[in-house]
This record gives sequence, C-alpha cells and structure tokens, in this order.
Amino acid sequence: MTTATERTSESPPLLAVRDLTTTFPARRRGSAPVRAVDGISFDVAEGETLGLVGESGCGKSTTGRTIVRLLEPTTGSVSYDGRDISRLSQRALRPLRRELQMVFQDPHSSLNPRQTVARIISDPLLVQGSSATDARKRALELMELVGLIPEHSDRYPHEFSGGQAQRVGIARALATGPRLVVADEPVSALDVSVQAQIVNLMERLQRELGLAYLFIAHDLSVVKRVCDRVAVMYLGRIVEIGAKERVYAAPAHPYTRALLSAVPLPDPAAERARERITLLGDPPSPAAPPPGCTFHPRCHKAQDICRTEAPVLRIGTPGEAREVACHFPEEAP
Amino acid sequence: MALLSHEGAPGPTERDAPEPLLSVRDLSVAFTTARGPVQAVDHLSFEVRRGRTLGIVGESGSGKSVTSLAVLGLHTAAEVTGSIRLHGQELIGLDERGLNRLRGRRMAMIFQDPLSSLHPYYTVGEQIAEHHRVHFNSRRAAARRRAVEMLAEVGIPEPERRAGEYPHQFSGGMRQRVMIAMALACEPELLIADEPTTALDVTVQAQILELIARLQADRGLAVVMITHDLGVVARVAHDVLVMYGGRAAEQAPVDTLFATPAHPYTRGLLDSLPRLDDADDEPLRAIPGSPPSLLAPAPGCAFAPRCPRAAAADASERLRCDTERPPLGGPAGHPAACHFPAYEGVTS
Repeated sequence: MTTATERTSESPPLLAVRDLTTTFPARRRGSAPVRAVDGISFDVAEGETLGLVGESGCGKSTTGRTIVRLLEPTTGSVSYDGRDISRLSQRALRPLRRELQMVFQDPHSSLNPRQTVARIISDPLLVQGSSATDARKRALELMELVGLIPEHSDRYPHEFSGGQAQRVGIARALATGPRLVVADEPVSALDVSVQAQIVNLMERLQRELGLAYLFIAHDLSVVKRVCDRVAVMYLGRIVEIGAKERVYAAPAHPYTRALLSAVPLPDPAAERARERITLLGDPPSPAAPPPGCTFHPRCHKAQDICRTEAPVLRIGTPGEAREVACHFPEEAP
Repeated sequence: MALLSHEGAPGPTERDAPEPLLSVRDLSVAFTTARGPVQAVDHLSFEVRRGRTLGIVGESGSGKSVTSLAVLGLHTAAEVTGSIRLHGQELIGLDERGLNRLRGRRMAMIFQDPLSSLHPYYTVGEQIAEHHRVHFNSRRAAARRRAVEMLAEVGIPEPERRAGEYPHQFSGGMRQRVMIAMALACEPELLIADEPTTALDVTVQAQILELIARLQADRGLAVVMITHDLGVVARVAHDVLVMYGGRAAEQAPVDTLFATPAHPYTRGLLDSLPRLDDADDEPLRAIPGSPPSLLAPAPGCAFAPRCPRAAAADASERLRCDTERPPLGGPAGHPAACHFPAYEGVTS
C-alpha cells in the first residue's frame, strides 16, 4: 500500500473532511438533538487507507454514511478532490458517485434478493448511462476480478455464501471505477476463516486499482492490518489520529491504550503475561455526553480540567505524524 | 437456608475429584428441516471438571451452539442421542420435570443477547428473585435479598436501586451482568456461556470476561465458553474443543492447541487471523472456500475441500481425505480428527 508521505502539499487530498457534524433530531420532545458526529476533521490521500475505529455509538458509521451522502451533514464540509460535496444536490452528486462508492457490513441485506448478481453488479453502470450489453460485459469482468466464477452471473444472492456475497458487494462498488471506497465493517459479519480472504482481496484491489479506502471497523486487529493511518473515535469525536505504526505501538490517548489492551490476543501465553487496562463502565450515550472531555468518567488520568474543558486535537510531539485530543497524553517513548 | 449461603460452593477436595462434572459421550443431534435432514452434531465427546473452562470454538454451522442447547435439554424437536451426564446423572431421556429441576439450579446458561433472554415487563430484581423462589421455595423477601446480593456480586453499582429497574434501563454490558447474576443466583455448578461477549464492545467484553473468571475462581464453577473468537479462548479457556461441520476437529489444553495445533483447520484459523502483535507486510494466509453446508455433508473429511494438506497430498492420500471420515485419534490429551495430523516432531 502507498503511504501518505508521498503526498505533496500542492495537490489537495482526495477526501478532506472539515469540522463535520451530523445531528439526529431528538426522539422525545424537549430532549436535545443527538450529535452522532461532533466536529471531526481528517484527510484521506489518493491510494491511502484510513482506518476509522471505535466502539458502538462512537459515530464511525455515521461518518462514513455522511461522507457518501446517505446522511446529510449538519455543519462542516466534505471535499472530494478539492470540491465541497456536502451541499450538492443528489442530481449534481450523481457524476461523482462514480468515484465514491460504499461497501456495507451485511452482504446479504445490502444485495437485492430478486436480482441476479450480474444485474446487481451492473446496476451502478446502468444508473450512469451504460448500455445493458456493456454493463453486463463489465459485470462479468468484475466477477473475475473479485474472485467469483463468471459462470455464476445468473445466480441470486441467496445462492452465495457470506464471503462470496461480500465479493459481489465489492464488485458492485468497483463497477464505476471509483477512487475512494468507504467500507463500513466489510468483514465483521463473515466467518473468521473467510475474513482473511476479503481482507486480502481488498488489499490486492487497492494495489491493482490505486483505490483509497476509508475502512470503518470495530476490530482493531483487522484495521491494523489494512490501514496506513488510523483515527480513533469516541462519542462522536476523534480522540487520536495518526500513522498506524505510531498509534498502535505507542498510543497517546488513554482511551486508545485501553482499547488496544482490551483486544484478546490469540495467544494464551501472551494473554497471561499481558497487562490490561480495564475501563470502568460503558461508553456514555451520545444523547447525553459528559461535559469537558467526554472520556473523563472512564479515564484513570482525569483531573479537574478534564471535567470542564474539552481537549482539542493537536500534534502531540512536534514533527510527529499523530494528533491527540487529551489534556494529559502519554509521553511518546 | 443452607442453600442460600455460599457454603454450597464446592470445596477443594471435591474440585479435585477425578470424575468430571459434565461428561458428554457420542452426542449426536439431528434435525429435520424443510430442505432435508441435518446432522448438526455428530458423535461429539468432551468433559468438563469443576474449576475448569472448556472453550468450544467454531464458525457458523459448526454445531457449537446446538451442542450447548442439547446439554440443557432445549432441543425438543431434534433427535438427540448419546449420553450427557451431569454429576453422573444421565440427562438424555430425562423428562421435562427432571430437566426443570436441574436447569437454572445445577446448570445455567447465558446467551449472546441478554435483552432477548430477559422479560421486558418485570424488573430485573423480580426476575432474579422469581428464579430463586422456583428452585428453593424461598420467601419473597429472602429471594429479593438474594437478587440484590447477586447484582452486587456481579458489579452492578447501587444494586438495591437497580433491582427495581427494567431491562431496557440497563446498557448492554450491565444487562449481561444481570444475566450472569440470574444464572448464578441458584449456585449452579455448570455455567454454559454461548458467545456472551460477541454483542459487546471490546472494553466491555474485557469486563465481562474478567467477571466470569472471578466468579469461576470464587465458586469453583465448571464453565463451557462457546465462541468464534480465538482471542477469547486464549484469554479464558483451560481446554479447547475445535468444532467443524458438527464434529470435533481437535481437542487439547489451551497452550498445546495454540502452540502446536495438530489439525490443519486449527492451524489455518490461527494463520489467517490478523494480529495486533504481527507485522503487516505479508498477505494473510487465508483458508480458501467457506464453512461446509450441513445439508450436503461431504462423504469424507468435512474440511478436505479447503485443506492445504489434502491439496498437497498424493492421489491415494487425497482419496482417503475425500471419502473416509477421519476418526478422532492421536494422543489421549490431544486428539485430532485428521488422516494426516501434525503432531510435535511428526510430519506426515
């Protein structure tokens, strides 16, 4: 995979998200709207993978869906190739949909059960104005590309296993030749023995096609595997973002540290030897975020300032390719 | 009242007793489905002692959950054969009344989704207390005290107040604690946990696994932990049973299994996992294909179509994998169902 370091300062990043907020109206009268995504900013460079990790309710999926405009942003901007697409009408957005595609978690529920897979894969091409013959020809090529047997083109989704169905979902996303794919938990619904196949497929496609991924997942091991940079979200905000090597080897935010130490390693000896930071309590509801740093009720380092003042995302150590939103970040070793 | 106290927990002498608490022999479970008969579990044997955790690992369709339901006698529509002994008492063929006396009392189960196992109309305190009253004929006040005590023991803050709340007022992690409190309220000796942390966030999962480990140590419980996650197994299990296509693929103590897996499926699973402590420079060694369908089982080894050892074998060996079911063989402490198992120092 290519790294972000090759990026020059003149060319804009492929995707630039700035102060993005997505708010859902309150369920009950009188309660405040829920800020699922609360002012986040990040870039994704051409050909790069940014991993977006966090626990349920942290806003990672909402972020992905807002970027591809399945949800409408409340404030902030999403620039694709230097152009703000966050306020474009769906009609004006349509040509851009060629370049910006999405892969979903549950392959079976994201494929139309009444259509053959050839039809499903060619659908984005038909929407973009291709002829039926061309679209079908391209669909067969795509099936081959993602490791499906083109002879199966007239089968229906239920005839495929979970892993094969996810290949169909990926082929559909690639049909229009996108430059950026937002993948929302693309392997978490799959059997363990099949996950590696899809991870390898996505890596190969990235190399061959120069794709950029926004890879959203809760599984930190999978994200470490696929990404160049990683952003950790907690309650709608990014608490730490940076080069994968830095964030995984020396996490600076207490939440990142706890999250990494909670992941069970498939190695009994390592598990016994390991020191774990066990967080108290559950993630709070985004409907009623705690004041100050939203992580402070669960943080072992919390001081008075953490309860009143929200930390801003800033470069931890000068010259370091990592930013952290914490009043008392871990010292980089 | 003796039953209400913690003295009921087994002492060390009983814990060291040679006979296992749960002993399953040649368990088979068959269903009739609209698309044909399904052999969900096929001649499975294992045992669990007090104070030990058996991890049962498998993917979808491996039969791991069916096994746990069969132990509790919850498969009324299925044909269950073989032997399941709890404390020497045979459970297969036992009538509902007999099972009801054991379920919840001597053996209890927690599930992946606590919300679907809790009644939405009753407070959690009432539900735990009810459970206790049924098994011990205890008085209301005593049962309620027991419920509050259990909530405190599983780490629910302000147990007195929370006992009066309804399941929807609890978070996912707290609900799983409630389920554990309910499961352990009657001091069972066997706890079956079916993917208890799969629906939980990783930080909450760590809390629940720690809680189960603590309660096990305190009470000398025998635990069966059913999971698809090899990391969870590595963290909590003493012994491991790997299932594939309804059968045992491999059984071993946890360190042996992870260090020297004999079955190519176990080896393949371990190799295919992305790991936090790995370099990421090489492609993952994925297992090709998908888990088998139980509707059309292969005549030979269920793993043969995906197996690198079968693929590398010569024609006659390959024929054996494709046509002959490998029996569970090898050393007593580490059996594997493979024609060409990889045991330490032996390459076949």
